[in-house]
Amino acid sequence: MRFIRTKTTLAAIGMALSLAACGNAGSEDTASVDVQVDEEAASSFEEGTKMKELADAGKITIGVKFDQPGIGFKGAADDAPTGLDPEMGKILAASLGIEPSAITWKETISDNREPFLQGGEVDLVIASYSITDDRRKVVGQAGPYYVTGQQLLVKKGSDIKGVDDIKGKEVCSVTGSTSLDNVEQKGAKPRGFDTYSECRDQVVDGAVDSMTTDGAILLGYAAEDPDNLEVVGEAFSEERYGIGYSKDSPEMCQWITDTLKKAQDDGTWGKAFEATLGKSGVETPEPPAMDPCS
Amino acid sequence: MNDVLSNFDLVLQAFGLTLQLFVLSGVASLVFGTLLAAARVGPVPVLAKAGAAYVTLVRNTPLLVVFICVFVAMPRLDLNISSFLVKGVIALTIYTSAFVCEAMRAGINSVPLGQAEASRAIGLTFAQSMRLVVLPQALRAVVPPLASVLIALVKNTSVGAAFGLAEATARMRIFTNDNSSDRPLIFLTFAIGYIILVEVISAGAITLERRWKVAR
Repeated sequence: MRFIRTKTTLAAIGMALSLAACGNAGSEDTASVDVQVDEEAASSFEEGTKMKELADAGKITIGVKFDQPGIGFKGAADDAPTGLDPEMGKILAASLGIEPSAITWKETISDNREPFLQGGEVDLVIASYSITDDRRKVVGQAGPYYVTGQQLLVKKGSDIKGVDDIKGKEVCSVTGSTSLDNVEQKGAKPRGFDTYSECRDQVVDGAVDSMTTDGAILLGYAAEDPDNLEVVGEAFSEERYGIGYSKDSPEMCQWITDTLKKAQDDGTWGKAFEATLGKSGVETPEPPAMDPCS
Repeated sequence: MNDVLSNFDLVLQAFGLTLQLFVLSGVASLVFGTLLAAARVGPVPVLAKAGAAYVTLVRNTPLLVVFICVFVAMPRLDLNISSFLVKGVIALTIYTSAFVCEAMRAGINSVPLGQAEASRAIGLTFAQSMRLVVLPQALRAVVPPLASVLIALVKNTSVGAAFGLAEATARMRIFTNDNSSDRPLIFLTFAIGYIILVEVISAGAITLERRWKVAR
């Protein structure tokens, strides 16, 4: 009797484990671009700057999203996140002489980006972090390194053809996000979920009419399931992704801007885009002009 | 553009939904939980077993999983209910009624067995003896534990924030996302809202306890 019970328990555990293994959704091949690590970096920064401190330490902590395919995504079994944001992080780290393997990636969600920067828990936040005046009151934001706009993802053949059709419809996005706030102001019923993939499932299962967020992310989902899903309408907002740094180290702004400018000019930026967001079929855009550091 | 004090109507609207979720699922849980408790103490073995199985199953399931079942699993099985409010109420009711059932059962067991036996002896049916003799006495005993269950329910409504319900916690996250410079004020505003809700329930429970107090 006891033996049988043990066997049943083992079978149950085995089933639970195999189910857990199925939970690794959407992890793709870990494409990334080789970055040129600047070995002499430490000597090129002035004493007392945050850059010097990081270069001397030889390591950096960067906050990125883990749930946005193409932007910042880390599957359960992946060692490091992939996407445009981590690529930008690698470019910045390389200019400090830090190898990609010496970067500590920390997951940040929309809610904790400012607290992480203010508390020094991360050195940089590169997490589809739209530049806004209000955020610039509490943290520094350099960039933009990418400009995108909000669009709608629907089931193929949906009545919704554009943003004018969403009045009174259920539209989901991530709880608390700016995208959700925007569609609410346009008369849609906002449905916030914890992650983008849960929201996508709601669209597939027909529980909501549409999903909204930055076009680049939606194109990624549509590309995964082209028979069922499509992106409709023109972009109806402008999101300027910036790189967050702590207000305690304002000198970082000029370094971030200069490093990204160099990457834009020498083609590294374009390669990073092609290896990440570009895979969903979007053409590589002109790199955006960056704000001057005040 | 979305300052918490100048958009106070949004705060109230969000707490309105929290309150709606609480009242609807509270009433439903009290009714369903009481029926479950009656089934568990009743004379029909099948019902008693079913009630016990329900409580064991649901009490051992995290609330988040119950929400996932209703909001993610059911639509996938083509059992979608289109109203998000109804889905929220169902998830909260499934979960809370197990706790209501156990609180009620404790109350019923606190009524001396002789009461039930005497009421059956004078010819009342099981339903009548529950309704007229046992439950009125049991209810007095269950006010404090039921108040705890209901307070937990108020706070549990916040799980809905991750499932398309724009209740208080979801609204708070929208505010903090738009006004990162204003976090302390936003947190404080919403904390006060929840404290008020909980205090109202506590006060109601204390009033009921006092009114129903009997000399024993």
